[in-house]
Amino acid sequence: MVDLAHDAEIPGRLPARAPVSPLPLTEPFAARVALIGTAFLFLLVFLILPLIVVFAEALRAGIRAYFAALVEPKARAAIELTLLTAAIVVPLNAAFGIAAAWAITKFRFAGKDLLITLIDLPFSVSPVIGGMVFLLLFGLQGVFGPWLAAHGIKIVFAIPGIVIATLFVTLPFVARELIPLMQKQGTQQEEAALILGASGWQTLLRVTLPNIKWSLLYGILLCNGRAIGEFGAVAVVSGHIMGLTNTMPLHVEVLYNDYAFAAAFAVASLLTLMALATLGVKTWLEWRTGSRVAATRLH
Amino acid sequence: MTARSLAQRSIIPGFGLSLGITLSYLGLIVIIPLCVLFFKASDAGWAKLWAELSSARTLAAFRVSFGIAALAALVNAFFGLIVAWVLVRYEFAGRRFIDSLIDLPFALPTAVAGIALTSLYSVHGWLGHPLSLIDVKVAFTPLGILIALIFVGLPFVVRTVEPVLMDFDRELEESAAMLGASRTSILLRVVLPPLLPALMTGFTLAFARAIGEYGSVIFIAGNMPGYSEIVPLLIVIKLEQFDYAGATVIASLMLVASFILLLTINLLQAWARRRQGG
Amino acid sequence: MRIDVRDLTKRLQSTLVLDGINLDIRQGEFLGLLGPSGSGKTTLLRILGGLEFPDSGQVLLNDVDALALGLDERQIGFVFQHYALFNHMSVFDNIAFGLKVRSRRKRPPRQKIEERVRELLRLVQLKEMERRFPAQLSGGQRQRVALARALATDPQVLLLDEPFGALDAKVRVELRRSLRDIHDATGLTTIFVTHDQEEALDLADRVAVINHGRIEQIGTPSEIYESPRTPFVFDFLGRTNSFNCVIENGRVRLGDKVLPVDPGTPDGPAVAFVRPHDIVLSRAERPERTQDAMLPGTAMVRFISALGQRAAVELFYERKLIEAETTREKLNELGLERGDHCTISLRLPRIYSKADADRSAGSDRSQRLHLRFRRRQRAA
Repeated sequence: MVDLAHDAEIPGRLPARAPVSPLPLTEPFAARVALIGTAFLFLLVFLILPLIVVFAEALRAGIRAYFAALVEPKARAAIELTLLTAAIVVPLNAAFGIAAAWAITKFRFAGKDLLITLIDLPFSVSPVIGGMVFLLLFGLQGVFGPWLAAHGIKIVFAIPGIVIATLFVTLPFVARELIPLMQKQGTQQEEAALILGASGWQTLLRVTLPNIKWSLLYGILLCNGRAIGEFGAVAVVSGHIMGLTNTMPLHVEVLYNDYAFAAAFAVASLLTLMALATLGVKTWLEWRTGSRVAATRLH
Repeated sequence: MTARSLAQRSIIPGFGLSLGITLSYLGLIVIIPLCVLFFKASDAGWAKLWAELSSARTLAAFRVSFGIAALAALVNAFFGLIVAWVLVRYEFAGRRFIDSLIDLPFALPTAVAGIALTSLYSVHGWLGHPLSLIDVKVAFTPLGILIALIFVGLPFVVRTVEPVLMDFDRELEESAAMLGASRTSILLRVVLPPLLPALMTGFTLAFARAIGEYGSVIFIAGNMPGYSEIVPLLIVIKLEQFDYAGATVIASLMLVASFILLLTINLLQAWARRRQGG
Repeated sequence: MRIDVRDLTKRLQSTLVLDGINLDIRQGEFLGLLGPSGSGKTTLLRILGGLEFPDSGQVLLNDVDALALGLDERQIGFVFQHYALFNHMSVFDNIAFGLKVRSRRKRPPRQKIEERVRELLRLVQLKEMERRFPAQLSGGQRQRVALARALATDPQVLLLDEPFGALDAKVRVELRRSLRDIHDATGLTTIFVTHDQEEALDLADRVAVINHGRIEQIGTPSEIYESPRTPFVFDFLGRTNSFNCVIENGRVRLGDKVLPVDPGTPDGPAVAFVRPHDIVLSRAERPERTQDAMLPGTAMVRFISALGQRAAVELFYERKLIEAETTREKLNELGLERGDHCTISLRLPRIYSKADADRSAGSDRSQRLHLRFRRRQRAA
């Protein structure tokens, strides 16, 4: 039997195939093909096709109809509302994330685990519940309902309600990225800065933030993506008033339910492009830092 | 100062401020609203709770939500393991590209996923059409719910298993091989057991995400009470009917379930950490 | 700056980390805090630096109560064990940091800051490195940047936490020289923490030996090496052989001699500590009697390691392992080989009561580990 491992020792003869260890250190060729094939098929059906279908359906009625659907006034209003919500929610949750991470990682106190669990809570409850709690607080039948009605303040079925519901569901994102990283970094650099005479704010701005900048950016990215794409919570709280309280995802739903498929997919394609951009930036960040940026807990 | 008595005295400033901000923000946006939910639910009274629990529609919705979510998580566990294996162990063109796509269900707005999947699996869709030829209906059936929940849970298993696989010590496989084990034997007895904690964590994460999922599901589900209606939709319907009592009761049950799952996940991760450390 | 420490006590959870520390540090002194890990030396240093707070006691910096001062008022330079350099800042910016963060009033003009930074870079011999980043530097270079950074703000005291811990032996020796030179040049009161006795004895003007939160002894390197007051100090500063004996009426019989003991040592069971190079050997058949105390019986040579001038001889005596050290010449003169028997004489033994010796028994772990390693070496 030909011993391929020794082929190269025969003078003048090049090995027919690279020498393979006789040990079963990897799956046989056929099994590998089968596994790769299965994985590919699975991802094709569940990832690639849905992605392609969005754009295919969006362009079904032609390029002109595509752009018309995007500049249509109600669509524009939805886009503006979505961007406004993100512009309010993301900085607030980023500031919260930094404060929470600072409190949790730079000090020792009892109840830290409970605090972290509470911060994670919005992430693990259904978005519908996220919207519902504010309905219970600020709706007409809600706790503050009568008081708000008496003062003519509208929260639910109006923009403030949408912002608050989005605030709820996106609350954990920045904190979750920062906490594991800052726990790993410890407090030494901050102590060094303080001993050199820096104030607390100087230490935060000049020493801590630069050390966490990539994770912070990634957390903001995720927070932003979720704020733009949130559906369930906002659906409960918005009242679906077209042109006024519809975000982009809600607008997609409304168009779809009205059988305006091409238009619905057109707006959806915009959202998809934003999601793909988020993934692109994440990949770039990982390439830049040479490691997985996302905190190990995906949950 | 009370803040100082809470923590060990430290030279790092800002404890009071940062903890204060954290607790107030959290309190206002998360804790108080959730407490209100529980209050309203308890307001409804035991009679209402019992009425809801025994309502056929509610029970069916829970069966649908939890049952299909579990099945979807199982499917994701199986295929997610294969995908993670292929991505970590094999080299092929486009691997990095595929790897970055895995997070798509996580980054894509749920409504977009919902209409895309519906379009794909409707009777005229790219996948729905060939399936209808063999008399398999996906859209507007529980099967559609299953497909949607598989989609949303996809990244969870892959991303939980990948790091464990990447850190996996090849010397374990090598020593098993030198002791004479076959490849299958190595895979089942040496490689799989250490992956089990991560696999179970991924399963639970996918499951927890799937039971609360709304946007991806309601387009493709059909939403027929007792058959293809999920619990979040039931809550929305009750809210629209101003049956706040019923909605809060069901929501509370969901919250309890989520909390139990959260606990399970934390315990599993602690177990996984101990296992890996050994 | 003078530092006075009075009755410093600190507990961490249920352990007593510092147990009534009293210390007077003189202006311009180079003081070493020497002790095993867990002895509390780093905690003491951090309290002096203002990074931690004691449960009770006082720290006076030039007669001013330090605990009431803010961090920037203490004027202390601190070099962390792992340097804690700001990774995202260049060497220049790291060193300039303390000057740049000062309030508008106290901040020197940019020109002055640049001059000061460059002056420090020259002092620590890193002139060409100012644009580099910490990740691009070797361990020794990072150490020097940390030093320069601490010196930039003109502190009155310099504190160093295990300054050479993470470095190679060769780099360590170079840096020791540099640190000595810098101290001589600046005249700064300098306190450093280490677990390496060689380092402490080489560098410091005075050494405080710390164990279990208490100062066992404080004195010049020669004082504590030649006259270790407690068994712990003796054992920590070098290799130790111990022999049981009994003190009666203030005198102890050791082998064929009767020796006086230090006043204050109680009668009763005692232990004699002897350094390896103070163990004198002679052949069992031809014992050489000297003024040293010769122990009864003979020891068997188990192992000989002769490297260069030194010869280390491992002996088995009364079921205990003894380490002796002598010169190659003496060894050849005696003609000792493995398996031979010889007599043991003790030169300059230090006598301690058994109670004291038992108290510090925990820390001769390192000695026992060393012997175990040698045994394994032989078996291989």
